[in-house]
Amino acid sequence: MSEQPLIPGWEVVIGLEVHAELATVTKMFSSAPNQFGGEPNTNVDPVSLGLPGSLPVLNEKAVELAIRVGLALDCRIQRSVFARKNYFYPDMPKDFQISQYDLPINGVGSLELPDGRRIGIERAHLEEDTGKSTHVGGGGRIHEAGHSLIDYNRSGVPLIEIVSAPDMRGAEDARAYVSELRAILVAIGASDGKMEEGSMRVDCNVSVRREGTTELGTRCEVKNINSLRSMGRAIEYEARRQVDLIESGETVEQQTRHWNEDDGCTHKLRSKEEAYDYRYFPEPDLVPVEPSDEWIAEIRATLPMLPRDRRRRLADVAAVEPSDTALTVERGMDDLAVDTIAAGADAARVLVHVENNLADGAGELTAASFAALVAMETGGDLTATQAKTVLADLVASGGDPTAHAATHGFEAMDTSDLEDLVDRLIAEHPDDWAGFVGGDDRERRKKSGFFVGLVMRATQGQADGRIVNELLARRATEQGG
Amino acid sequence: MSARSTAAAVRAGERSARSVVEEHLAVIDSHEGEIHAFNLVLADEALTRADDLDRRIADGEDPGPLAGVPVALKDNLCTRGIDTTCGSRILEGWRPPYDATVVERLAGAGAVVIGKTNLDEFAMGSSTENSAFGPTRNPLDTSRVPGGSSGGSAAAVAAGFAPLALGSDTGGSIRQPAALCGTVGVKPTYGRVSRYGLVAFGSSLDQIGPFANSVEDAALLLEVIGGHDPRDSTSIPEASPDLLGGLEQGVEGLRIGLISELMGGPDQAASVEGIADDVRARVEQAAEALAAAGATVEHASVPSTIYGLSAYYLIAPAEASSNLARFDGVRFGLRVDADTAAEMNTATRTAGFGDEVKRRIMLGTYALSAGYYDAYYGKSQKVRTLIQQDFARAYESFDLLLSPTAPTTAFPLGDKTGDPMLMYLNDVCTIPSNLAGHPSMSVPFGSGDDGLPVGVQVLAPALAEATMFRAAAVLEEAAP
Repeated sequence: MSEQPLIPGWEVVIGLEVHAELATVTKMFSSAPNQFGGEPNTNVDPVSLGLPGSLPVLNEKAVELAIRVGLALDCRIQRSVFARKNYFYPDMPKDFQISQYDLPINGVGSLELPDGRRIGIERAHLEEDTGKSTHVGGGGRIHEAGHSLIDYNRSGVPLIEIVSAPDMRGAEDARAYVSELRAILVAIGASDGKMEEGSMRVDCNVSVRREGTTELGTRCEVKNINSLRSMGRAIEYEARRQVDLIESGETVEQQTRHWNEDDGCTHKLRSKEEAYDYRYFPEPDLVPVEPSDEWIAEIRATLPMLPRDRRRRLADVAAVEPSDTALTVERGMDDLAVDTIAAGADAARVLVHVENNLADGAGELTAASFAALVAMETGGDLTATQAKTVLADLVASGGDPTAHAATHGFEAMDTSDLEDLVDRLIAEHPDDWAGFVGGDDRERRKKSGFFVGLVMRATQGQADGRIVNELLARRATEQGG
Repeated sequence: MSARSTAAAVRAGERSARSVVEEHLAVIDSHEGEIHAFNLVLADEALTRADDLDRRIADGEDPGPLAGVPVALKDNLCTRGIDTTCGSRILEGWRPPYDATVVERLAGAGAVVIGKTNLDEFAMGSSTENSAFGPTRNPLDTSRVPGGSSGGSAAAVAAGFAPLALGSDTGGSIRQPAALCGTVGVKPTYGRVSRYGLVAFGSSLDQIGPFANSVEDAALLLEVIGGHDPRDSTSIPEASPDLLGGLEQGVEGLRIGLISELMGGPDQAASVEGIADDVRARVEQAAEALAAAGATVEHASVPSTIYGLSAYYLIAPAEASSNLARFDGVRFGLRVDADTAAEMNTATRTAGFGDEVKRRIMLGTYALSAGYYDAYYGKSQKVRTLIQQDFARAYESFDLLLSPTAPTTAFPLGDKTGDPMLMYLNDVCTIPSNLAGHPSMSVPFGSGDDGLPVGVQVLAPALAEATMFRAAAVLEEAAP
């Protein structure tokens, strides 16, 4: 699934920094609740407000969740040290952020995309979130605002920052990476991964280079991306901007840029020269984190099966490619699918139903009833349309597919009844029939759809479309068409 | 009357806590005007608290080992609902919503907080002249400084305003003023006393400790405030040490080393400079007293201590530059309004911080800056490691070490305010213990040529407070 070049002759190189809020009960360094929403400045305490004299105490659960992330991304779990990242910003209560710098808890690892490609992970480290500013007036930007309101409920919420290698080559890659990462984080219980609530945030490092070259171009970091869709747009905009610069003889300057959803452009926030000097140094109020091998093993033992392994398992059972099982795994219906196939159901039909007819969940559907339904369908007792109806009943109320089919009066129609119906419809629509008999392939397909539609309407969907088509073809042959 | 015997009398119902508090408030009334030990005297609160204690005692309760004993708190210790200024305009009027752990422990032991004491702004200084609220004077000679930065606490104890006080010690801020005011002052092992609620200066160096008029009272107070606190991640997971139990054990058989590098003098080539002859003479006399009490006393070498001052004045300001960033006018304390948030930060900090604080913020910011980090902060951390290694080596041969606490006796107000380097040199003997994280304490031992007190510093390896206090008790007994 290698990506089509976005801009002919150019390769886009993308590395992502994903911040995910860890699903702890309390904050990273204090017992204030870690909760989204709520009245502003209610989930706070001296530590999350950075009051003088307050001290951070590390939340063990945050470390455990970070290790879960590390294990799921095949990272090296290592001794880590917290550091202070110093810069002034009103919504950062201490005017430094406790983060990890040269010794992150998770070292290099990798993430496997559904198509089997691996994206390198450079590190995944722990840090605390800042508060949230609302700039009132001046279009919501700090420099023009009349005043600003700050909510510290988010201040001190534990984050894991997952930094990828520059291994992605376009917006599709980036989307696939973020989707997969999100699926992993949710699967292992590390984060709820909600981009719309800001519990998962993505910064994109984008650079371009001429196709066939290997040297990395100058990158720009794009911030303020709030959805997968805007990520794709931002990457495409930014890549084109850089290519345009180079093609018009200019150079790309290393910058931090701000994605604006409304105008669909990225805007310069600061250049490399204006970048903060964060003056990192080891956080003296905390001690190094040295997870024991025993603890890591304990955590590993509680990890659920990861999406990539679930895709492989289902692919093996269904005899398809792992990438063909991605949607089923994403929907969390791979267990159901595996069990249904194991109960003898046709794998292709099972996957089709999961992908097309179970978008809203499996409800009361069990593997046994699902398998029985698919057996009726493949045995010719139910048409595809009828099977879909019965499936909806099984989802809604469970039970036995035969009984549901009977309630709807779904019984295999007598072929002679169907023949009579087809003959009557042919007589009623002579022009359409002429089109079917004498038309080209396209016309014939169109008219076949027309007649099948009429039959279905007349039989309330009980007819088997396959059989109707056979009848139409036979009548045409009989008329010498 | 000692704090220990006062508490005993109050617990036994022989004295009321109210009478103890009233007696001390009367002394404060008479002399605070000339000393200025306090930023805030909590007279009403102390009397209310005393009455409450008296009622509980009448009901048969035992409020604890400090029942009814007034304690003065350095004004960088958070007290719930009570002004905590750090001697700075930038925190003027700020009332913390919580008590420091040490304040909670004092309350749990029946103590009465009698006031918040003056200090060099954010504990940066050695004379208490850097307070935004005016200097504190030495009760023994009001033309002289009490030392600093915990000068208010030292003066309060020396003047009889309170039998006990707490200070904080980042580079000598308890021991040096204790020496200059003739009191006992202790810097415990780093992590022995919780820092929760101490407004941070140099987080890896700060430690809260007691002032008292006797070694015994200092031991009593340290026992109360010490011990593990889950709210401070650097707190040592051990119970508070038993110090009083071993106080009378003496020094028989202990090996005590006189640190050559901290003695100065003509025959000490590789030594710090500026140790006054009269101070050196007293320390040597103290060494003899310990030998007379049965200790083996020899010269010891801890070579890298001479670099301690330089390393300290990079590490402490580096940490301070980060710790003090939060005073930005956004959430608490002073705010000087301006057009933008960044300009408001600058205006607030420009107006709110004094010169010495600004100097150290600049020093520390520079030391951590890209391109300079390795040469300054990085290198000073290496010196710190060297000092720790040198101490470890010395403690293979010695149980305790000995040195002057301060290079001189108390100096006149204004004497060193024009020359920061001269002021910094006050801490040359005390800084190494902070860099090593080890305990040390100052014990009064006679006086200098000017008749003002000299302090002898007893240094011990980590967690060896009990041994340190034994030697201190011997020195107290032998003091001229």
